[in-house]
Amino acid sequence: MMIMATAITTDPMLPQPYSVREVAKETPDTFTLRLDPENAVNRSMFQPGEFSMLWLFGVGELPISISGDPSLHDRLVYTVRSVGQATHSLVNRGVGDGVGVRGPFGAGWPLEAARGRDVIVVAGGIGLAPLRPLIYQVLQNRKDYGRLVILYGGRSPRDLLYRKELATWARNRETQVLVTVDYGGLSWRGHVGVVTTLFKYSRLQPTRSVAMVCGPEIMMRFVTRELETQGLSRDDIYLSMERNMKCAVGFCGHCQYGPHFICKDGPVFRYEQIRNLLEKYEL
Amino acid sequence: METLERIITEHPFFAGLDCGFTNLMVSCAANVRFKAGAYILKEGDPANTFYLIREGKVAVEVLAPQHKPIIISTLSMGEILGWSWLLPPFQWKFHARAVDDVRAIGLDGKCLRTKCEENHDLGYEVLKRFAQIMEQRLEATRLQLLDVYAVK
Amino acid sequence: MLLLPCISGRALAAISQLAAWAGDLVVADGLLASRDVLQGDGVPEQAHRVLEASKMGELLEALKRKGYEVIGPTVRDGAIVYDKVESAKDLPAGWTDEQGPGRYRLKRRDDGTLFGYAVGPQSWKKYLHTADVRLWSAERQGVTFRILNNEAQPRHPLAFVGVRACELAAIAVQDRVLLDDKYRDPIYEGRRAGAFTIAVQCTQSAATCFCASMGTGPWVQSADLVLTELVGSKGGHRFVAWARSNRGAEVFAELPTAPATEQDSKEADAAVAAAAGEQVRSIDTAGIKELLYQNFEHPRWGNVAGRCLTCANCTMVCPTCFCTTVEDVSDVTGDHAERWRRWDSCFTQSFSYIHGGSVRTSTQSRYRQWMTHKLASWIDQFGSSGCVGCGRCITWCPVGIDITEEVAAIREGGKNGNP
Repeated sequence: MMIMATAITTDPMLPQPYSVREVAKETPDTFTLRLDPENAVNRSMFQPGEFSMLWLFGVGELPISISGDPSLHDRLVYTVRSVGQATHSLVNRGVGDGVGVRGPFGAGWPLEAARGRDVIVVAGGIGLAPLRPLIYQVLQNRKDYGRLVILYGGRSPRDLLYRKELATWARNRETQVLVTVDYGGLSWRGHVGVVTTLFKYSRLQPTRSVAMVCGPEIMMRFVTRELETQGLSRDDIYLSMERNMKCAVGFCGHCQYGPHFICKDGPVFRYEQIRNLLEKYEL
Repeated sequence: METLERIITEHPFFAGLDCGFTNLMVSCAANVRFKAGAYILKEGDPANTFYLIREGKVAVEVLAPQHKPIIISTLSMGEILGWSWLLPPFQWKFHARAVDDVRAIGLDGKCLRTKCEENHDLGYEVLKRFAQIMEQRLEATRLQLLDVYAVK
Repeated sequence: MLLLPCISGRALAAISQLAAWAGDLVVADGLLASRDVLQGDGVPEQAHRVLEASKMGELLEALKRKGYEVIGPTVRDGAIVYDKVESAKDLPAGWTDEQGPGRYRLKRRDDGTLFGYAVGPQSWKKYLHTADVRLWSAERQGVTFRILNNEAQPRHPLAFVGVRACELAAIAVQDRVLLDDKYRDPIYEGRRAGAFTIAVQCTQSAATCFCASMGTGPWVQSADLVLTELVGSKGGHRFVAWARSNRGAEVFAELPTAPATEQDSKEADAAVAAAAGEQVRSIDTAGIKELLYQNFEHPRWGNVAGRCLTCANCTMVCPTCFCTTVEDVSDVTGDHAERWRRWDSCFTQSFSYIHGGSVRTSTQSRYRQWMTHKLASWIDQFGSSGCVGCGRCITWCPVGIDITEEVAAIREGGKNGNP
């Protein structure tokens, strides 16, 4: 189900009060925060791939993808990598601290298009976070989809997100989880190499597959080329894009990507829609 | 029991190879096994063999004085290990260690070089396949060097 | 950026100084769209009437009686700006503007024309999509906080006097961005809904005007009231006027007007046609979207980057540029925070920042973004061009970069790509 293109009348710039319920460390610099709404209970509805604007008192606001389970409506969960002042401040919130939440915003993963087909999830680094709600959705409605293949590349073993869950997911039927790292130590018994090197172990059936890709833009360019080599149609490949965002509703102009606004037309785009833009430098 | 010929034919690296060529290959091939942790090849040693991996995982490593060995990549079922036998000075550039118990077909590089010199059609087929592997690994290595997940 | 997001008179004076150093006007071949294209939107026009120029004050009074705060043109700091007008005395009677690339001068006219200029540096977005607006404020409450919604609306509805055809087109463009899309901006919506527009059709064009080629003027398509100022003819200094809305007609009914003769109407029409006819600049808009999309790589971008100062003036004066940023401010105690929205510009390096760096670091990429958005991707995004041909970006560019010339150079392709 996609957000319908009807006008939304409430003030989209006003944050709703949430408070931190839980902060869990995923990796040395990445944390998963659970935020619970301070008033209404049933408001935390979202679709996999959508994002929120999180506002911190005295710090500012930042766009963060929702990484939680879309069937749990009493919370919003975000996985945040501490890379700057605002994200550092966010991951250092204590339990009970207030966070302003706007959203959810954007067009997420095309679950309808994936129905009845094999779902190929290709994630790089923190890019697994926006894909996790999709993985939950597919696993909870297992019979609605064909095979689920999760190909995940990280920097090093200690930078991998959701390690326990990856192992749990792999135990589901018709589900293959392959993980690789760019830099492996001797204690790492898994794959070493970039995420594109995993394709040869997954035997995709290209005509019945839909691929959902999220990671750094360079990684996604390599992955889309590999998916095409594997025989997937450009119409069956979806990417989640990132640009500067201030408003998240198409007013501020920052997230323009050629003719698209990442915030309201994306962040998830069909590869065919943006293929010609991906190679353009300084677009 | 599986014949060497069948194993070679079914390995993705030799997929679609003319059966005449496969027969030439078989005369240079042997079944090999490595225990987990064993070194399959070592940097600086003469490169006289290459391997079609049938089972298990192999880590390609490089040694650095102040480090434990660094794993550059891993190779598994359906992949090949080693191309230094193909070009002078026929010396391994890296270590390769069996991560798990590994089963493979070892192909005698000297034997194969001789056959490729004698039969350029075979040589061309073999080179084309190695060129593709090299291209894929070069691209993967470039992407790996970009260190795309690092905080910039 | 040379200018703060909100252009002050002093800053504009500085720009005028810069403008004086800029080169001479580059005259492009004028290609005028016929007025047939511009008219005929199907709205039946009310009968034309004549309002003596001396009665302009009564129009302003009538608006005030209806509760409007009247905003109109007035001379300040060497420019015609939009501000509160108390009476007809505040209007720029007897002044005109002389504009060229990087050049703006006020000059005395030899008549008492009230609206005898083209456009000043400001546009009505100053009032509708304001340069700074407080979105909301928040108070700290222990570890959490309370959000207080903000009343960002003016106390009185605004009446705009002297709105040009290009500016009406610009308002329509911003309407599509801020009201007609997936989300509505409630601040803009409130300001826009209350605004009463009194259009004054241009009877002269500046050398920087090219509305005729953009299909946005100088004929006015819709406003509450439409005026055409006539001076120095047999009928004397007067406005040929008509109402285009019910509330316009209500205001009109309170004014001492007389029926217009056929001669009055003809004269008004001829005056506007003359303004269209004297435009020396134009943009050939045929296939312009494809043109710019296909010329993402073009030597002209590097050429313009050699001149562009990335000062962002063009985006500040542009009546359709809508980009904003948000800024959080807090007080000394840290217990009170406010979130402000301010005009931003795609010419700044920070505009495209994502963690790790900015996407558009080079000048050429930022100019290309601005122009390609304005003239091409805007069409995909909002169904129309983002340019209304007002010429402000040409006038207020400190180095006189001329968008019409840049488009022509891109169109010339390899032939004239790198002059």
